Amino acid sequence: MARTRKAEASEGKTPETGVNAFVGKDELLKFYQDMLLIRRFEERAGQLYGMGLIGGFCHLYIGQEAIAVGMQSISQKGDQIITGYRDHGHMLAAGMDPREVMAELTGRAGGSSKGKGGSMHMFDIETGFYGGHGIVGAQVSLGTGLALANAYKGNGNVSYAYMGDGAANQGQVYESFNMAQLWKLPVVYVIENNQYAMGTAVERSASETAFHKRGISFRIPGEEVDGMDVIAVREAGARATEHARSGQGPYILEMKTYRYRGHSMSDPAKYRTKEEVDEVKTTRDPIDHIKERLAKAGVTEDDLKSVDAEVKRIVAEAAEFARTSPEPDPSELYTDVYLEAAE
Amino acid sequence: MTDILMPALSPTMEEGTLAKWLVKEGDTIKAGDVIAEIETDKATMEVEAVDEGVIEAILVPAGSENVKVNTLIARLKGEGEAASAPAAPAQATGEPEKAAPQAATPAPAGPISAASTFADPEIAAGTPMKKITVRDALRDAMAEEMRRDDRVFLMGEEVAQYQGAYKVSRELLQEFGDKRVIDTPITEHGFAGMGVGAAMAGLKPIVEFMTWNFAMQAIDQIINSAAKTLYMSGGQIKSSIVFRGPNGAASRVAAQHSQDYAAWYGNVPGLKVIAPYDAADAKGLLKAAIRDPNPVVFLEHEMMYGHEFDIPDVEDWVVPIGKAKVRREGSDVTLVAYSRMVGFALKAAEELEKEGIQAEVVDLRTIRPMDHATILESVKKTNRLVTVEEGWGPMGVGAEIVARITEHGFDYLDAPPLRVHQEDVPLPYAANLEALSLPSVEKIVKAAKTVSYR
Repeated sequence: MARTRKAEASEGKTPETGVNAFVGKDELLKFYQDMLLIRRFEERAGQLYGMGLIGGFCHLYIGQEAIAVGMQSISQKGDQIITGYRDHGHMLAAGMDPREVMAELTGRAGGSSKGKGGSMHMFDIETGFYGGHGIVGAQVSLGTGLALANAYKGNGNVSYAYMGDGAANQGQVYESFNMAQLWKLPVVYVIENNQYAMGTAVERSASETAFHKRGISFRIPGEEVDGMDVIAVREAGARATEHARSGQGPYILEMKTYRYRGHSMSDPAKYRTKEEVDEVKTTRDPIDHIKERLAKAGVTEDDLKSVDAEVKRIVAEAAEFARTSPEPDPSELYTDVYLEAAE
Repeated sequence: MTDILMPALSPTMEEGTLAKWLVKEGDTIKAGDVIAEIETDKATMEVEAVDEGVIEAILVPAGSENVKVNTLIARLKGEGEAASAPAAPAQATGEPEKAAPQAATPAPAGPISAASTFADPEIAAGTPMKKITVRDALRDAMAEEMRRDDRVFLMGEEVAQYQGAYKVSRELLQEFGDKRVIDTPITEHGFAGMGVGAAMAGLKPIVEFMTWNFAMQAIDQIINSAAKTLYMSGGQIKSSIVFRGPNGAASRVAAQHSQDYAAWYGNVPGLKVIAPYDAADAKGLLKAAIRDPNPVVFLEHEMMYGHEFDIPDVEDWVVPIGKAKVRREGSDVTLVAYSRMVGFALKAAEELEKEGIQAEVVDLRTIRPMDHATILESVKKTNRLVTVEEGWGPMGVGAEIVARITEHGFDYLDAPPLRVHQEDVPLPYAANLEALSLPSVEKIVKAAKTVSYR
């Protein structure tokens, strides 16, 4: 079931499906920029949290950037993305305005949910981002429902339902797997296995830690993917998407990844050693990884510097917007509870 | 000699049609043989013999309708027994009838008042009416809305091929096909979440729970996903979805299958909660619920499914959500009820009238948003209030009404309001304890007299 961990970009077409996963220099640069944007954005979010501008729970995506970016490169207009509460990276990868995302983190009127949702609850129909859900595992049933709607409408779209290794133990995930395969729904389940469900290591919470096998009893194919390699993610994503879009039903991708920060901002992450974290940072970092590829493709440090500057500018602008956007008007307290029955 | 009695084939069956005899007088049968077919309002069921012997007499002919449970339908002569005299009294011999476990305690028949006791302002004079069961009214509502809007579909356990566990979705599969009438596995949490996801993507699902008791498995998706997401998304993500199914106590199904969830869901902003009493409201409010852009919890009642009511025979019967209905006018005490309890309240009003107390009966119809104005207007007139609900009292629907009336109508009250509700225990199985636990006409009458200082 598990396939090669690192397929080279130069391999071009993947033999299994014929989907063109070839990545040229321009696309590599875009991946770099998108991943760097997530990292710099999250670092700044962490800073704003420390300054008291962001409240509540705030789960950073640092370390996992290759997954959201690589998968996004496969999706088409009209496809849906849905995830849990570690969602900032997916939103940025989907193309949501970083200013609106950051302003939602600060609970301001300019936020994508007008300040009413916060870090864990953001949405954007335009880019196909259906949240941002705070209850572990709930997004999997919802995402399968998005796929049900795609099948019902016959629109050819695919739903990407993301979950962590923790959510992958929830009962409704398997209820959804069962129905998705029973009805051959166009859904790709992306399990971001960052090794820890909050503070509990997968070995302590999962009787089967190979999450890509979790679909076997439902006859859902799955594969393990190096989630620190954006090209491997893209290629696996292409195979999974082809499977789902062509009417063969759901597909499971287990992305082996790692989060550098604690579970949330308030987590000191004492359940793992500093050495373990440093080892991943120095040997498997997804952004370092793509930099190596870029160097091989002939991209110079100067080329990257202009990208770095652009990312820095976007993040600074987002932070400034999030700081200066006003709090929601008190009149917003009672809006958006019900829609008027105008149909 | 063995008596064969009309069996009860479901917890709520009170009578049925003896459709066909598969044996005739003089036939020798053994235990397990199918001897007859009985039609209930839900299904056609086969009746098996429990004892061996020769059919001595068939006492209820094939095709007989409305045969009450426990009616003597045939007599069996054991082997070697002499033929009995025709008028032999029915003697209990040997094993009791396997298929009639409720012989001692027939399912309690809910008191039903046939129609409103005064002219209904919602129905124009001269409107043609037809008789229809609550079950078929719900079915018609779904069928009409599915014809009207191809985004509407039904999903749930046994809704398609089985035609509905309670036959509410009868014939929908035949008309709309398996794309729009979807049998799900027994996975409430999963399919409720999928329904909400499909709604977020712009469809209009009707999610049937076989009973609301099972929806506790799915309550996270109903509340956290369906009810809250519009708000959390700043108005971007809507969930136009109806969750429906039987709610409250059926008959002798005990604690885990007998709970009224009106107060639970009525507590949640973002949900609309409806609990109709009669067929006209069942149909009109379900159609309104399906059209509504918000998530709607639609609480039906199994004990009402088989009851017939008059319903306007018009093209598109829709009843607005959020409006209570005065079902009986009175000057002395206000009885507020919903769902099956409306029938109890109307019956209580009849009893009270005999004692010179004129009760006004307000049918809430919608639990959320609640029509407090109609209740208040009634209390201004009667100055006395009794609430009736099948659920538990603490933090209940009645508690909410009493709080509101105390706040907004304190000066109109001539007595402290009283609440009639299920006793504060899980619903017991034993027939006598069950009856003691649930609200009854007698309890309502007693409460009404208490607030009237009578």
